[in-house]
Amino acid sequence: MDIQSCVEVRNEWDIVSARQLGRNMAKELGFGNVDQARITTAISELARNIYLYAGRGKICIEPIDQLGRKGLRIVALDNGPGIREIRKVMEDGYTTSGGLGAGLPGVKRLMDEFSIESTVDVGTEISATKWLR
Amino acid sequence: MTAKDALTERYQDLLSVYLKAKTETTLYKGQQFSRKLLEQQISPEDLVSLHIQVMDELFPDMSEEMRDSFDFLLEAMIGYGFAYREHQSLRDKQQQLESEIEVAASMQQTLLLSDVPEFEQLDIGVVSVPAKKMNGDYYNFVKSGNSLSVAVADIIGKGIPAALCMSMIKYAMDSLPEEQMKPHLLLENLNRVVEQNVHSNMFITMFHGVYEPESHKFYYAGAGHEPGFFYHAKEDEFQDLIAKGLVLGVSRTTTYHPYEKMIEVGDMVILLSDGVTECRTSKGFIEREEVVSLIRKYMDLPSQKIVENVFQELDRLQGFELRDDFTLIILKRLV
Repeated sequence: MDIQSCVEVRNEWDIVSARQLGRNMAKELGFGNVDQARITTAISELARNIYLYAGRGKICIEPIDQLGRKGLRIVALDNGPGIREIRKVMEDGYTTSGGLGAGLPGVKRLMDEFSIESTVDVGTEISATKWLR
Repeated sequence: MTAKDALTERYQDLLSVYLKAKTETTLYKGQQFSRKLLEQQISPEDLVSLHIQVMDELFPDMSEEMRDSFDFLLEAMIGYGFAYREHQSLRDKQQQLESEIEVAASMQQTLLLSDVPEFEQLDIGVVSVPAKKMNGDYYNFVKSGNSLSVAVADIIGKGIPAALCMSMIKYAMDSLPEEQMKPHLLLENLNRVVEQNVHSNMFITMFHGVYEPESHKFYYAGAGHEPGFFYHAKEDEFQDLIAKGLVLGVSRTTTYHPYEKMIEVGDMVILLSDGVTECRTSKGFIEREEVVSLIRKYMDLPSQKIVENVFQELDRLQGFELRDDFTLIILKRLV
């Protein structure tokens, strides 16, 4: 399986579409209700970041299967301003939107794997994976 | 059985008992159960999920609206889970920081510890107690030839930055051995070091003095430091030991005025930090006269006993809560 589905994020409503896409796939893969909620929350956060800081970008959801180990991967892509200090945005308590425990460190904790690549003035790519237990 | 299965089973037991009898005892058990959940770091959304699972088993015919409402609750709980996990990670970080501070504090103690030297002609007493973990006061004795030099310094500011700054002062002083016997020159040198190396919002006050046993003279200079006292035994009176000078670190070109005093048998030089005179009691700040009268009260004891007794009385007056680092030093000429 490598059917990747993507949602363009340009406004707040697109966040809902991205969540819906993620939830459907999580359900299909057999994630329980708590993990479904975590995955959709992670998608919300990533999509919101795109909407707030990059203006536009996309969220892609893909099922993964590594040697029989199944999971779901969220990829958030944008061509926005990029993140100057990645170390800083990955620190707890660092937030520009006043969220409580949210933001990228929160997403990292909700998911099992997390990686971020960002180049200033080029864009940001964040990928987060949740494994099916 | 996994830990999670065990929790599910226990929750199911408690809940079904409660639904049947609704007793306070079961509620109490429920409260204890929540402590166990916290111990095992179960997040809020996990608990809601547990509740849904148990309710599904207990009430297979639960209405669809009820069932859906739980899913909604679960979603609404995720934010709390977010906050809970952040709290955990911040708490871990805090514990780590605290233990690092402990290490730093004990390192500082070892680094800055100055032995009170044996000095034939003088009876020396010292007490220096930090208000928090790290001491922002600093004192140092150096014996050089026949002379004895003494320094007391206080950083304006408290805590870790003050303590780090103090360590720098110590090493700066150690590297200026020649001038140590001329207090005003030592202060001028230190002033340059502080001005160059310390952030402009941090100031250091210092008193430095040298006792020469041949001439029985005490040479001293001050950089904005709380004045000490001089006890003149012949007249049985206490005077302020004033040494005017700008605090260290303000201007590179500051110069300091040299002062000297003849020390006769029985005279005392008393040096202190502002933590002594800024003791706050329920009646407000204590007066310098009160410090003097406390010293007078114990004057006949050895110097170490005097400073200890004065500290204990002032500590008690403040309800054993030091507000500032406290340093008190007494030098009394014996022969």
